[in-house]
Amino acid sequence: MNVTLTVNGETRSAEVPPETTLLVFLREYLNLTGAKTGCDIGDCGACTVILDGKAVNACLMLAAQADGRDVITIEGLATREGLHPLQKVFEETGALQCGFCGPGVILSAKALLDENPAPSKQEIRNALAGNLCRCTGYVKMIDGIQEVAETMRSVPTPALPAASKGEQKHG
Amino acid sequence: MSATGIGASVRRKEDFRFVTGRGQYTADIARPGQAHLYFVRSTHAHAKILRIHAGHASRMPGVIAVLTGEDFAAGKLGSLVCGWLIHSKDGTPMKMAPHPALPVDRVRHVGEPVVAVIAERADQARDAAEAISIDYEELPSVVDPAKAQAPDAPQIHEVAPNNTIYQWQLGDPAATEAAFARAASVTAIDLVNNRLIPNAMETRAAVAEYEPGTEQFTLWNTSQNPHVARLVLSAFVGIAPEHRLRVIAPDVGGGFGSKIFIYPEELVALWAAKTVRRPVKWTSERSEAFVADAHGRDHVTRAELAFDAEGKILGLKVKTIANLGAFMSTFSSSVPTYLYATLLSGQYDIPAIFCEVDAVYTNTVPVDAYRGAGRPEATFVVERLMEVSARRLGVDPAELRRKNFVKNFPHQTPVIMNYDAGDYAASLDKALALADYAGFPQRKREAAGRGKLRGIGLSAYIEACGIAPSQAVGSLGAGVGLWESAEVRVNPTGTVEVLTGSHSHGQGHETTFAQLVSHRLGIPIDNIAVVHGDTDKVQFGMGTYGSRSGAVGMSAISKALDKVETKAKKVAAHLMEASEADIVFEDGKFTVAGTDKAVTFGEVALNAYIAHKFSGAELEPGLKEGAFYDPVNFTFPAGCHVCEVEIDPETGRTDVVNFTAVDDFGNVINPMIVEGQVHGGIVQGIGQALMEACVYDESGQLVTGSYNDYRMPRAGDFPPLVVDTTVTPCPSNPLGIKGCGEAGAIAAPAAVMNAVTDALGTEDIAMPATPLAVWTVLQRQAHREAAE
Repeated sequence: MNVTLTVNGETRSAEVPPETTLLVFLREYLNLTGAKTGCDIGDCGACTVILDGKAVNACLMLAAQADGRDVITIEGLATREGLHPLQKVFEETGALQCGFCGPGVILSAKALLDENPAPSKQEIRNALAGNLCRCTGYVKMIDGIQEVAETMRSVPTPALPAASKGEQKHG
Repeated sequence: MSATGIGASVRRKEDFRFVTGRGQYTADIARPGQAHLYFVRSTHAHAKILRIHAGHASRMPGVIAVLTGEDFAAGKLGSLVCGWLIHSKDGTPMKMAPHPALPVDRVRHVGEPVVAVIAERADQARDAAEAISIDYEELPSVVDPAKAQAPDAPQIHEVAPNNTIYQWQLGDPAATEAAFARAASVTAIDLVNNRLIPNAMETRAAVAEYEPGTEQFTLWNTSQNPHVARLVLSAFVGIAPEHRLRVIAPDVGGGFGSKIFIYPEELVALWAAKTVRRPVKWTSERSEAFVADAHGRDHVTRAELAFDAEGKILGLKVKTIANLGAFMSTFSSSVPTYLYATLLSGQYDIPAIFCEVDAVYTNTVPVDAYRGAGRPEATFVVERLMEVSARRLGVDPAELRRKNFVKNFPHQTPVIMNYDAGDYAASLDKALALADYAGFPQRKREAAGRGKLRGIGLSAYIEACGIAPSQAVGSLGAGVGLWESAEVRVNPTGTVEVLTGSHSHGQGHETTFAQLVSHRLGIPIDNIAVVHGDTDKVQFGMGTYGSRSGAVGMSAISKALDKVETKAKKVAAHLMEASEADIVFEDGKFTVAGTDKAVTFGEVALNAYIAHKFSGAELEPGLKEGAFYDPVNFTFPAGCHVCEVEIDPETGRTDVVNFTAVDDFGNVINPMIVEGQVHGGIVQGIGQALMEACVYDESGQLVTGSYNDYRMPRAGDFPPLVVDTTVTPCPSNPLGIKGCGEAGAIAAPAAVMNAVTDALGTEDIAMPATPLAVWTVLQRQAHREAAE
């Protein structure tokens, strides 16, 4: 069957078997491998993408259910102007380790901040409750998301400049 | 300290690709024309294979091949092996049973791969696998290590009577008995160190390719040590000679030990790729990972600690049964022996120690190294004993520890290890201050006023990292040396590639290793690339585990940099027409002592390749040096963790309300990265203590085989962690570093359980202290009190 949807602002289309999940559609038909297969049953959040503004597990949804809808994946988060503030803070603070859960965590956090620009620490923790990470203990992720929320509230700029080659330092 | 050198919290070079979703993990790799592999796995813990019905499946859409244990046996490939030979106390070698990648006639644990199905698409392979039925004759099984040696227990392997792999011992039994004979008091405890399922977020995967024209295999694999994988697959299994097998471990999504080992699945993928003449891809499903990745821990222990009348330790006796599962995994034999019993002295001056370990087969998933590997088990024994002893003797647990600390270094323990440096009182003091230990009684009273039970517990751990001096481990049975290799290639334009045998799967080596080079050569960190994880690029390496990459891997780089510097000075001497002895290298510049003559590192690099200023007869062109570094000792990270919990007696729920960690990792290369490593380790350790229950039922079925049943730590579970360090530089390597990757997982379980038992007022609770377990203890106490 044909599935056509908007992915990161572009119309994308493919012929797929009807049982194809949105995750398989993105990874294997569109070669967008940023969304990861961690459990394939909606427990770990590694496949999180944003569908019409809501964070969803792409593994639990058929591609056909996303037909005609708007999907943001990790590959579409940075703009020409640079990284999304969440990506930037995760990079600056070393919030990720192996990186595997990162795309899902970042998109869950984006969906949270889009809906609630002033989350409490507990609201951040709750928003990440569906994203498993085995490396980091979540500490720097939670702190980073809080930092972004504070910055975004005080400076209404959606994106910060990209990491330039000259500014690799931190701390 | 330079902005990108040693000691700076430099932003991780690998993170740009990770935060933008451009990491390249094995499952992200697609080879042209690849087929997909799926396994039919045993549904029984122990059974004879009578017949495999695969005729229908082999004719299903897309199916290319259905391969069984008989097909594999016909290929005359070798067995998977355990690479560390342990001898029993009677001198006999360990009883290692054959471990074919696919069994011919018997299955020995639920999840064992039995049939391999290769199809055009992954879903077709899975559908065909589901259509295969296997006739089994069920056999009785045993899963509990404490029951495995019983006379009536089912025999799992012919080579191992009573399912006993070895009966090993360490220490001096006579001296220990004598110490106990003169003891004023003895503390005895029974402990279970619960089995854990590693659960790296990236499941294991393999993409195997065979090029018939050159007879060359390539394997992309989720490996922590691609060269070791190649060595085992080549030398023991015989899939291909080493020079015709390239193993690539690209971005790897966490390992924690579980990706050290060489498993049946990647071997079958290689064999199948040659058999069907197509690239073959296998990606483990999460449900498979639960029953196919090597588990961790699973010890049953009786331990006794003898004190004199003043509270000084006289001796320690330990008897442990270690479950190694249904087959001996790659390094399984070393974990409950040389990585465990050698750490039983803890941070303490213990004159006599005797430890006996029986390793047993059971009908469970193989058990091998998992974050900490033996050292968490040792710490749990020692630190639970210290806390229980303090309670029994009526003394402050912190002071009992302080009284018994090793204070002079080097310190030879009775169990092989020679501690080179440390200051255990310093980390204890700092941890107690940060945790406001003195204020705890007040907080306990306040909690009691709210109907909550509050407890505090310490864990003054030690670990042996920087694994390991080759000569030492060789004498203890290791099949390989545990050095590390490095190569530093300076390009004509002055940029540098560092090739390392270490492998990064979350540790940030691309950054910390580059920091060392930036520090030493005075060049920007952006001009340095760290290359790892490819046997065609890196000559050899032992990989990453046991917190060894800093202490051993970076020391190898440091040694190679010494050679680069020596050669570069020769080039600089020619350039400036000076004597080599007068050349000084500092901050990226070569100068002639006592003059204002100077050339930059970049100029030297270029001239090393142009070679116009010297003849090839006097100095070889080029600037590239390699080194193998073999450590002279283990390193000994140590520290003190303090956990404070609050228990709700109504529900049995335990909340960790404060957690403080003070670690001595020696010199620190990147504090930001180290802090992250400690956070992750602590959370894994708290997971073991409070959440992660790996449960087999009596028939050998894993009943905690999903995230619904196996409770992983989640973002909402913990308060912020207080993490700090003390520093005694390690004298055993050139950088003074000890390793930080496992400390949290080693220290935390004892700290948490000491706090839980303090809150409950009973020692009678095992890990994990789930709400049900805690509630059950509280109910039992209430009944007892009511009866009195």
